[in-house]
Amino acid sequence: MMRLPDFALRLLLVAVILLAWEGAVHLFDIPAFMLPAPSSIVLALWNGIASSLYIEHLGVTLSETLLGFVFGSIVALVLGTLIALSRRTEYFLYPFIVMFQAMPKVALAPLIIVWFGLGLTSKVAQAALTAFFPLMVNTIAGLRSADEDRVALMRSLDATEWQILTMLRAPTAMPFIMAGFEIAMVLSLIGAIVAEFVGAQKGLGMLIMGMTFTMDVAGQFSVLLILSLLGLLLNSLIVYIRKRLLFWDPAQKAAAAPVEGGTL
Amino acid sequence: MEAIAVQELSKLYPTRDGSVHALQQISFSVSEGEFVAVVGPSGCGKSTLLKILAGILPPSKGEARLRGTPITGPRRDIGVVFQSPVLLPWRCVLDNVLLPVDVQRLGRDRHQKVAMDLLSLVGLEGFERRYPWELSGGMQQRVAITRALIHNPAMLLMDEPFGALDAMTREQMNLELQRIWLERKKTVLFITHSIAEAVFLADRVFVMTPRPGRIMDDVPIDLARPRNLDIMNTPAFGEYVKRIRVQFQAKGDLDA
Repeated sequence: MMRLPDFALRLLLVAVILLAWEGAVHLFDIPAFMLPAPSSIVLALWNGIASSLYIEHLGVTLSETLLGFVFGSIVALVLGTLIALSRRTEYFLYPFIVMFQAMPKVALAPLIIVWFGLGLTSKVAQAALTAFFPLMVNTIAGLRSADEDRVALMRSLDATEWQILTMLRAPTAMPFIMAGFEIAMVLSLIGAIVAEFVGAQKGLGMLIMGMTFTMDVAGQFSVLLILSLLGLLLNSLIVYIRKRLLFWDPAQKAAAAPVEGGTL
Repeated sequence: MEAIAVQELSKLYPTRDGSVHALQQISFSVSEGEFVAVVGPSGCGKSTLLKILAGILPPSKGEARLRGTPITGPRRDIGVVFQSPVLLPWRCVLDNVLLPVDVQRLGRDRHQKVAMDLLSLVGLEGFERRYPWELSGGMQQRVAITRALIHNPAMLLMDEPFGALDAMTREQMNLELQRIWLERKKTVLFITHSIAEAVFLADRVFVMTPRPGRIMDDVPIDLARPRNLDIMNTPAFGEYVKRIRVQFQAKGDLDA
């Protein structure tokens, strides 16, 4: 619980920084294509939203991200389960996994555009590709983390392998999988934006690229603001679901789930 | 018919420097409804014995029969209680108790009432909707015992079930286990490293020695039931404890 004075101080800090920024831009006469003043960013944001330009492109990027997340997650869960259950599958897939793990997935974007075109498909493909790997790794780790005593208990009850998977291994894996979902969501957004950079007709990434050519830096800042809020919203959604679902996991209360790989 | 009949049972574990005899040619039998305790120091193969009887570990040699049929795998007419409660944290107390019912598809509807009755038998009335982490260690182990009883098995296999509890809770649990056993009359094979616990609970105590695991003595405990905690201070009780302890001291295996 934060005390009120601290909260007020925090708001004050934000206000002071924004004011200093605004003042510095005017005082030192910084050109708008280098660093726009906060006021012009807000204006650009307002104009973009009012003309429904941003809303339209936001809708496109959001659907790319969500579709990419869904497809990437399905592939990750299926592959992860197959690998976790069979060492043989893992053995044969291992070289591909290692290669794929080392490769920066966003570097595939130009190729993906060539294969899938400038429309929605290529963005979804890129988002799915960027997102699926950490979730797959977490699924494997999670399914294999079942406590030996619990497995012995299930076996002593004459449980089938399928029952051990559904009643023990899958719930045990849930904290890992939820952490994987969190990472996957961030990565799908990154994948979608990168693919839009490379070639697109719609979307917030495409908008940013367009603004680069017209030197509309205030516009770019305003789109970045929208992207930040979008990322925050998607992340909060997963965190909410995770907390509801994993009420039984003591690790959830102790600390926020480890989020990694959110920087590429 | 014998509830448990074990013939020349051996278990070898392969290790880097040859194999270790966890059990060597063990033979014994347990009658229907009998409470047998197996006492021995750690590493004497008592857990191995229990896992073989539970059907989750194959023996290397010999044969074990439960109620006349050889053990070839897990069976549905036994209940197992492990050293730790092994509860599933995402299931509430009632759902944990019903786990065997779910696994063996025995019908939740029919067993809901049974579960509630058993929970009140072990003193957990009103805790059905609680989750394992909300319970003390003793309560968790009671849930585990309830779970082992839910499908009305003829036999209970218990592997040091109270080993992790503090001394006072442990005595309380011993009393409760005796009460449950007197009420339900299951065959019980109870593994422990506490001589006093073994003598207090059992009709017969098997004394096991380690490396190789063998049954050195079979001590019938002729004390009237129900036994209360005061019985531990009687000379007869002391004699049984002494008889068992001497065998470990002779081998230098137990510091107790």
